[in-house]
Amino acid sequence: MSYPQSATDTVVKSKKAVNKNKKKIKSEKVIPYLFILPSFLIILGFLFYPIATVFYYSVQHYDVSAPYYNGFAGLENFVNIFTQDKMFVPSLINSVKWVVAEVGLQLTFGMILALLLNQTFKFRGFVRAVAFIPWAISGVLASVMWSMMFNEHMGVINDMLMKVGLIDEPMAFLASTSTAFGAVVIAELWRGIPFFAITLLAALQSIPNELYEAANVDGANRWKSFIYVTLPQLKNTIVLTTLLRVVWEFNNVDLIFNLTGGGPAHSTTTLTMYIADLAVHGSNFGYGSALTVISFGILLIFAVLYLKLSRYEKE
Amino acid sequence: MFTKNKKMDRILTLYLPLFMMLSFTLFPIYWTINTALKPEGDIVKRPLQYLPANPTVENFVYSWTNIGFATFFKNSLIVGISTVIVVLICSTLSGYALARYQFKGKRSFLLMLLCTQFIPRSMMIIPLFIIFKNLGLISSPLALIITYTAIEIPFTTILMSGFISNVPKELEEAAMIDGCTKLQSLRHVVFPLLLPGIVATGVFTFIYTWNEFLIALMLTNQQSKFTLPVGLSSMLGEFNVNYGALAAGSVIALIPAVILFAYAQKHLVNGMGGAVKG
Repeated sequence: MSYPQSATDTVVKSKKAVNKNKKKIKSEKVIPYLFILPSFLIILGFLFYPIATVFYYSVQHYDVSAPYYNGFAGLENFVNIFTQDKMFVPSLINSVKWVVAEVGLQLTFGMILALLLNQTFKFRGFVRAVAFIPWAISGVLASVMWSMMFNEHMGVINDMLMKVGLIDEPMAFLASTSTAFGAVVIAELWRGIPFFAITLLAALQSIPNELYEAANVDGANRWKSFIYVTLPQLKNTIVLTTLLRVVWEFNNVDLIFNLTGGGPAHSTTTLTMYIADLAVHGSNFGYGSALTVISFGILLIFAVLYLKLSRYEKE
Repeated sequence: MFTKNKKMDRILTLYLPLFMMLSFTLFPIYWTINTALKPEGDIVKRPLQYLPANPTVENFVYSWTNIGFATFFKNSLIVGISTVIVVLICSTLSGYALARYQFKGKRSFLLMLLCTQFIPRSMMIIPLFIIFKNLGLISSPLALIITYTAIEIPFTTILMSGFISNVPKELEEAAMIDGCTKLQSLRHVVFPLLLPGIVATGVFTFIYTWNEFLIALMLTNQQSKFTLPVGLSSMLGEFNVNYGALAAGSVIALIPAVILFAYAQKHLVNGMGGAVKG
């Protein structure tokens, strides 16, 4: 009695299902686009559009405090930078010094820390977490900490150096042209070691143990197996992390801004610090944009050359 | 003799250098806490106190209520939590699309995400200021939430797509064969497995917003809207710095970041190391 009814039921159902499936296939095609749409729009509107406007403003006179001059400038901003700006070349030299010192020191100490943490010992997980803490600390916070330690009157670094007899009276490390740069470098080094330690540790853990055993059989000591086994295995990681870090440190001004503000006598003014100062305290956005475009160009050329010369991902 | 040598070797190649690195890492944090606990007069007094002789919490009370760290804290919290929510929704969706679907333009989208990683953040402060000035959003938390979301999405999308790829597709299909709808299988099968990854992504996003300085400085000009980094920076820039209150404010800003970091740091080596390795 109920049999035929249910049979038609099934037929109807399956027809519906086929229709549904057709619809489903169509909607399946749209789904990924719907899913990436919000991310796509936000990136387009608030990352790519702003960058595009930097290029636009760089060929404009755009000064908030002198709006009657505003308008197309051609290459005037760029010409002024290269011919009249007394800050441009010194700040570029400071940028190079800053990047080389930071990336070199951070890589060295980050590698040492990664090698230490890759050994087995008690409480390794805890020690690792503690060693990586500066990664989570902001540039401003690090600036506050180190400015208190470098301070002439209450600074613990002065106190320690006097106790061991290296200096006779307290120094104003951040206010003297001979020490300010080094002081900021140390503070940023403190914050930057974990980045390399974290990435290198991850790479170290993926090196197969057999390689070390083989080197051991061949009579390699610890130093030799580091040079001939570890370093070649880490090469791609090192190339990529140093490149990322160069870009990052070139653009990083949090510590310089807060510890010295670029002083004393511009001895710590990097190109990015110069731009940040123009943007925050100045009003000539056209000129600032032109400087930004130049620094972007420098980074781009560097990145391409670096990847080429280091033969990234080639043996 | 042999074991003694081995012990010596271990001290020289492991414990001693590790101790030195950890001291370098921890001392600035210790010194900040030490300074925060000293009464005003003791901070500059010589000889310096390596342990506070008269520990007090007056600096904490003062910076929280009188200087406005309660407000800065609240502002940072609003910006941080809102950004985390928006970032998680957007990057879970786009991460899911990347992990589970083949579609035209997928490679271009991935390339676009990678390109953003080379955009200097400092490059954006001038155009962002102009954009948000035109939108009338200077000093609004909305400006920071939108900007931070845009900056974080590329990295978190790649991170989330990695986490989602790790959940076997078969589990999802099995749930649907068992009669779950797509949404139900996502809700009851995928989501619980994904939760640790979602939390780690949220924590990294939160720490970024909690610490970001230059953009917040550029887009905020009212003290009542300062986030913690901008508040700390303005205090540090004053002519007569109140170091006790500044140190206390720093400890206040430090605590949430360190707690969240302690929770998520296990994922850091796997997630960030993995992302850099490619």
